[in-house]
Amino acid sequence: MSKSVGQSKTRVDAFDKAAGRAKYTDDLCGRNALATRLIHSTVAHGLVTAVDTAEAERVPGVVKIFTCFDVPEYYFPTAGHPWSTDPHHQDVADRLLLSRHVRFYGDDVAVVVARDEVAAAQAARLVQVHYEELPFVLDAQEAMAPDAPQLHENYPGNVLGHTQIRNGSYEAASQEPGLIKVEGWYDTPTVQHCHIENHICTAHMEGGRIVVTSSTQIPHIIRRVCGQALGLPWGKIRIIKPYIGGGFGNKQDALYEPLCAWLTTQLGGQLVKIDCAREETFVNNRVRHAIRTHIISYVRPDGTFAARKIECFSNQGAYASHGHGIAAKGMGAFPQIYPCPNVEGDAWTVFTNKPAAGAMRGYGIPQAMWAGEAHLDDVARALGRDPVEYRRQVAMPQGYVDAFSKNENYFDSFRQVMDRGMAAIGYQQKRQDYQNQSGPVRRGIGMALFWYNTAVWPISLESCSCRMVLNQDGSVQVQTGETEIGQGCDTAFAQMAADAIGIPFADVHMVSTQDTDLTPFGTGAYASRQTYVGGFALRQTGELLRDKILSCAVELTRQAKENLDLIDGKIIRITDGRELMGLGELATEALYSLTHSQHITAESTYQIKNNAYSFGCTFAEVEVDVPLCQVKLLDIVNVHDCGRLINPALAEAQVHGGMSMGIGYGLSEQLLFDERTGRPLNNNLLDYKLSTFMDHPHLRAEFVENPEPTSPYGTKALGEPPACSPAPAIRNAILQATGVALNSAPMTPHVLFAAFKQAGLL
Amino acid sequence: MYDIKALYEAGSVQDAVRLRLEHPQAQIIAGGTDVLVQMREGKRAGAELISIFGIDGLRGVSIDGEGNIRIGSLTCFTAITRNPIIQEYINVLGEAVDMVGGPQIRNAGTIGGNTCNGVTSADSASTLFAWDAIVELTGADGVRRIPIQDFYLSAGKVDLRPDEIQTAILIPKESYTGCHGHYIKYAMRHAMDIATTGCSVNVVLSEDKRTIQRARIAYGVAGPIPMRAPAAEAAAAGQALTSGTVEAFAAAVLEDIHPRDSWRASKDFREHIAVEMAKRCLVESSKLAGGVIA
Repeated sequence: MSKSVGQSKTRVDAFDKAAGRAKYTDDLCGRNALATRLIHSTVAHGLVTAVDTAEAERVPGVVKIFTCFDVPEYYFPTAGHPWSTDPHHQDVADRLLLSRHVRFYGDDVAVVVARDEVAAAQAARLVQVHYEELPFVLDAQEAMAPDAPQLHENYPGNVLGHTQIRNGSYEAASQEPGLIKVEGWYDTPTVQHCHIENHICTAHMEGGRIVVTSSTQIPHIIRRVCGQALGLPWGKIRIIKPYIGGGFGNKQDALYEPLCAWLTTQLGGQLVKIDCAREETFVNNRVRHAIRTHIISYVRPDGTFAARKIECFSNQGAYASHGHGIAAKGMGAFPQIYPCPNVEGDAWTVFTNKPAAGAMRGYGIPQAMWAGEAHLDDVARALGRDPVEYRRQVAMPQGYVDAFSKNENYFDSFRQVMDRGMAAIGYQQKRQDYQNQSGPVRRGIGMALFWYNTAVWPISLESCSCRMVLNQDGSVQVQTGETEIGQGCDTAFAQMAADAIGIPFADVHMVSTQDTDLTPFGTGAYASRQTYVGGFALRQTGELLRDKILSCAVELTRQAKENLDLIDGKIIRITDGRELMGLGELATEALYSLTHSQHITAESTYQIKNNAYSFGCTFAEVEVDVPLCQVKLLDIVNVHDCGRLINPALAEAQVHGGMSMGIGYGLSEQLLFDERTGRPLNNNLLDYKLSTFMDHPHLRAEFVENPEPTSPYGTKALGEPPACSPAPAIRNAILQATGVALNSAPMTPHVLFAAFKQAGLL
Repeated sequence: MYDIKALYEAGSVQDAVRLRLEHPQAQIIAGGTDVLVQMREGKRAGAELISIFGIDGLRGVSIDGEGNIRIGSLTCFTAITRNPIIQEYINVLGEAVDMVGGPQIRNAGTIGGNTCNGVTSADSASTLFAWDAIVELTGADGVRRIPIQDFYLSAGKVDLRPDEIQTAILIPKESYTGCHGHYIKYAMRHAMDIATTGCSVNVVLSEDKRTIQRARIAYGVAGPIPMRAPAAEAAAAGQALTSGTVEAFAAAVLEDIHPRDSWRASKDFREHIAVEMAKRCLVESSKLAGGVIA
């Protein structure tokens, strides 16, 4: 029997996307849609005292201007988490559709609705907003100070969340004689997802209900949030999610869908469009949490850890969004990746007057790996050990089980990926060649591990629903609530479905669009979950469908069910291998039968109560031009143990994209703010230095395919992991090249200039 | 959707001059790679535009009767880089404009637009300054030719009169003869970026290749408009081609340039980079000229 899983099948959407036929939100929007333009706060913190719209309303084409004084008082949460029926585990509801109390420079104050974009823009320039200004704070640690400005009434000290780890006794263990103390502060920047398609949504009313079409990763969750924001029963809302141009977590949040849904209710159900400009995507969507991490390790001369301490200060920005989950996940990796009996950890997530931070590819792990893997190299250096050889000693061993998640390290993944990475990049020779260099241009090689786990169980619900419908020709439509966001999950799902049912890959038709009126429930694209979680529901539903097909085959062929199988779209009598009938013949016969007509379909939900580790590493080789303060990345390899590859070509592409994101994180990307006003300085793709392919060497992806035993297809997370370790690997390569330990990302020429001057290299 | 009040399309230079006089408020648009960006940002919202894009006579590179290289103002960056005359006589200009934006921008953006913007960071400008380019402007009273140093008045402001359009940029014969140059664009990434600082150097060496007869150097983003560094040029002129000369040349640029502190880069950093770039550009230019640094 031919298997689809494991083959590099061509993406099911490849030709439509390459040819420009694939329909995205704006392609589906009617030409009569009303245009909008948001009015954003020009102070970092304050109370809106008045909004003067008189002049703006006179602009021809303006339909109506809504201000923060017009919106309903339903506070709603925006995070794209599965809803919890337990109030203690629900997301923080701190948002209104427009803000009277503005908490960051750019907060939404009013919205102009007009016949076209030009009129909306002209009117927007004429809207006058008056503020009572309040003091503001941009830094997480400063926001925790007793006299700091307060952002939200319910969160004294601006602390949104605080969690801790207390394993053994850090204080007592750190007193052991003969220990070496290694300490560092590590900073990561505010960055943005920079998906190609900006967030866009449209809304209109039909039959007394609101229909929202949105560029989102999480249609079923968006329906719930829109219901909450408008104070409407959730069934009054219908969300349609067509193809989207990337998300990376930014669209795992309710962005402008609630406002758009409300606007149409105020405009007689007319079609309204909110289309973010890139400048707004940077500021008014979500960003990655900037996290400052403090680590102290007490190490014995033999390299073993006696005691370790970590403190994380996570900059939430103005609104809770995904909140403390990010810092908590990041800190959670710390005691696991390098186990130590005595660990003290504290993570704080703190409100500041910056854009709201939410989910972004890696969800706290890129920050945690930046700090933890930089620190590990600092420890190796203090011990005079090779960084790889030292990690080999202290990294999580095979057989490790996490007490909380019950995740088990079934294979010796960390050592295996390091072996593969070393061989791929020629680590040992280069490490030796690059020792003790002098001169203006120096090379170095470095690496970093990453820890990741798949999906969100047991913190949150993991379930997936699937529907399969058999056509007369034997082909099958497959629907799930899990979303294609460019990563290729429709193709992976089609491969799994083909194998589960027993039909050729080409006979699976993925219904890519999610429509909450039509699509079975699923929570969507996040936590690198869909291939893992979707697999359970696809197998279960595929087997249900196959069983129904075989039951029908019994009727039509009068053979024993036990003797029948569905292989490659054909009913086979397995006792002699005879092909009895094609699936198309069966389906046609079944549907049009005058004695027993049946429409063969299957639908099921699978709840997953497992989770799976997904580990790997990056090796990077750099050339540092000391006088020019420039780093050139010469070579970079990511190695992943993400279980069995469903589609090797797509897996490789996924890794390339994540590596690119990691390279930008390490070397160039950072959203900057004016300290005096809180104004974002570089919220555009010119001044925000997203790396281009001219800034990359050839990106190399390697895989160690240990089959994940909990997964039906042996697979686990690969969506986010590729972005987790490139930045610290580059940092550690620069450390070898120059002897300079850079603890703040991104390592721009400005940072190198200051550090090289301090180190006496310039 | 762009907020454009009116668009007037010129079919010839005379037509463009007439439109300029008829619509004094209108903005000239050529490749549109800057004007449309500014309109989208609301800076020129509601503007009237005079498009000169259709005047094909302003495209192309040639050598005129006096031996000067003549670059039509509408010549796009890609065409300049690929042009054989440019490659033979002033290859550095082709290399410099090949660092503008990305391929699509280089296919649309023009050298005339790049200079008429009056911005200090234009990738063509420092090389044109360093090669003593002449700007040709055509108006109602005919043609006017001025040195590029005089064309740039202040940040964003150039000497373009209300009836004029820029029709060509000329590189004089005495400027390019025997001359070799190198440009370094220092930016925060290797494509789709604007220079943090740009440095263009060119040299003429003595026949035995041991003496620098003439060295010229110009910077972008070392001040509000592109600028030459005369102290550095004086420090190299007539000097032996040695590493000492290179060091003296590079150190002297600090007497000439005055970059500023901004969130994009500190003054200290820009000065440090400017010195290093001067050094590397002089070394590279000298090598291209066949010299060996003693």
